[in-house]
Amino acid sequence: MNNQPIDYAARQRKIRRLAMLLGLAAFGMLGFGYLLVPIYNVMCKAFGINGKTNEQPIAYNAADPVDKSRWVTIEFVTSRNNQMPWEFNPLVKKIRVHPGEINRIAFYAKNDSDHEMMVQAIPSVTPGLAAKHLKKTECFCFTQQSLKAGESMDMPVLFHIDRDLPKEVNEMTLSYTMFDITHMKHKKNANAGKIS
Amino acid sequence: MAEVITHETEHHHYEPGHEKTLGAKIARWVFTTNHKDIGTLYLWLSFLMFFVAGGMALLIRTELFMPGARFISPEFFNQMTTMHGLIMVFGVVMPALTGLANWQIPLMIGAPDMALPRLNNWSFWLLPFAFLLLISTFFIEGPAPNFGWTFYAPLSTQYGPPSTDFMIFAIHLMGLSSIMGAINIIATIINMRAPGMSYMKMPVFAWSWFITAFLLLGIMPVLAGCVTMMLTDRHFGTSFFNAAGGGDPLLFQHLFWFFGHPEVYVLILPAFGIISEILPTFSRKKIFGYRFMVYAIVVIAVLSYVVWAHHMFTTGIPLASELFFMYATMIIAVPTGVKVFNWTATMFKGSLSFETPMLFAIGFLFMFTFGGFSGLMLAIVPADVQYQDSYFVVAHFHYVLMSGSVYAIMAAIYYWLPKWCGYMYCEKLGKWHFWLTTLGMNITFFVMHFLGLAGMPRRIPDYPLQFEDFNRIATIGAFILGFSQLIFLYNVIKTIRGKNRVKASAEVWEGHHGLEWTVASPAPYHTFSTPPKID
Repeated sequence: MNNQPIDYAARQRKIRRLAMLLGLAAFGMLGFGYLLVPIYNVMCKAFGINGKTNEQPIAYNAADPVDKSRWVTIEFVTSRNNQMPWEFNPLVKKIRVHPGEINRIAFYAKNDSDHEMMVQAIPSVTPGLAAKHLKKTECFCFTQQSLKAGESMDMPVLFHIDRDLPKEVNEMTLSYTMFDITHMKHKKNANAGKIS
Repeated sequence: MAEVITHETEHHHYEPGHEKTLGAKIARWVFTTNHKDIGTLYLWLSFLMFFVAGGMALLIRTELFMPGARFISPEFFNQMTTMHGLIMVFGVVMPALTGLANWQIPLMIGAPDMALPRLNNWSFWLLPFAFLLLISTFFIEGPAPNFGWTFYAPLSTQYGPPSTDFMIFAIHLMGLSSIMGAINIIATIINMRAPGMSYMKMPVFAWSWFITAFLLLGIMPVLAGCVTMMLTDRHFGTSFFNAAGGGDPLLFQHLFWFFGHPEVYVLILPAFGIISEILPTFSRKKIFGYRFMVYAIVVIAVLSYVVWAHHMFTTGIPLASELFFMYATMIIAVPTGVKVFNWTATMFKGSLSFETPMLFAIGFLFMFTFGGFSGLMLAIVPADVQYQDSYFVVAHFHYVLMSGSVYAIMAAIYYWLPKWCGYMYCEKLGKWHFWLTTLGMNITFFVMHFLGLAGMPRRIPDYPLQFEDFNRIATIGAFILGFSQLIFLYNVIKTIRGKNRVKASAEVWEGHHGLEWTVASPAPYHTFSTPPKID
């Protein structure tokens, strides 16, 4: 009926090759899905868009000038994930600082449970875009903390606000959420240095 | 467009209907590689799931009939909303559209079958097991998945019930099925077109599925990766979404919606294709602006990849991203508008007749556009801050999914059923079905806009007194909507059994166009073994 007959064998080969190719593309997209994880982390870090603060200590240079003309109010907020049986509070709720000066604050933690627990605090800053200007020299969130039943401690944070903080930011909130990681298989320090 | 087609072939082909034993009858369906058989299987699975998930919707609406009612427990209510959403999306709309693709694409492009018939068999037969796995969660210890169909981490990771793992594997199976189906459709359209059937001669339905298949190929693997991350977070100590381990729950939402937004176009693009077949037939005109209809589908598909964060406006993403995603989302209204205007122009000065498929298509045109407008409202960031997670969102996506995708599927079934089984459906029952569905649909979902604007959150089993009136109306509408689907079921069964006694001609419709109407009704088991001639 048609002028040129269809070459069925050639068509079958073409179909086979195309199906393989599309199958590979699907695998490629699976890989891309996983690739989105580091891409996300790198983007958040590069643009400082997720309210995350530095995970490694940043040295404070005492020689750097302090911007005495500006005041920034910083509030401290805490929460406990899943209502874990700890007390966890900032010792000071709010401080006023100059950009460039070093500040030391502390958080109180007490294990109210009847067994030893290991915890990890995760910081977050609002407004998110200001997070990269809050630089910590020392923080209890760099490592995990462990307390025996009924034990308590004060956990220090040493930080400064850098002088590049955008002009419109006058207030910041630093929040910590405490997670129970006693039973977690891979603790955060196991992959210390990982970008996130 | 096409000339006569012969069905006689040199080889002896298997013909069904002569199986003697029950085993042989079952084996016919289990081992079938015929695109028509597989299309039928997909459609029946979808029909069954439609009633399962619809039943869940009625339980939800019964619970919400009055405040404080305890018809079902709040825990069970959460399982109902979750499973209703999951099954309607993955178990009803997707299989129905794939079933239509299986039946119609080879018929429309003049191919004897799909390019990879055995793969086709496998893609279907994964699905019943996926849904057995998903629905079995009701019968095992602990609650069924109860965190909403979007299964956000950490609700589904740290706090998810043990049955979450069943859901994860069910999604893996569905994803695998969709990917194989997509590969098959692409391979069919690229290689199996009859000589002379160039790309720009293909029916819009085939085009819409061609594009959709690429969307599926791009997003289902990402969803598979996402649920695999959930699985390893739950059991193997990874911390993709766990803040305590250095992960980020927000990352889940990015991954999910990177899949989720193109997914809604997977649900609607083939519906666009269906409407583009039906409106010309009953307007007795060619489709207006064929090329632009095709281009619009391509543009929508491309844009669908860059709008996902409009589901996340209130998660604290930066202003610049909010602006980008807001404008990108609103741009989608342009190609969609092209389609809506072209459909309207197709009907303009046509000699219209209003058989059931046409009624559903016009219903689609009105109500889908309406749902599109509420979508535009949701796209505006400051407005979305108010609307998000309210009943306004529920109203919006039911208008685009129920009176969008589902209406198109119903229109398609009425439109092609005479071709599939050789008998006309009962027009009177079809009209009853349409009008009751439309009535029920609008009574149910229209008032939900007001509930949402008044501040009623979605996914709650109880609500303050002031929302009572509208909720009652919605529940009454839901029952009209739900029970009128029984008319549909009855009509379909009656037609298949030939109880209407009206044989369908090969052309079926006066204004028919396309290759599928050149084969006899019912379509023979093997068609186009010799390719048709295309002018």
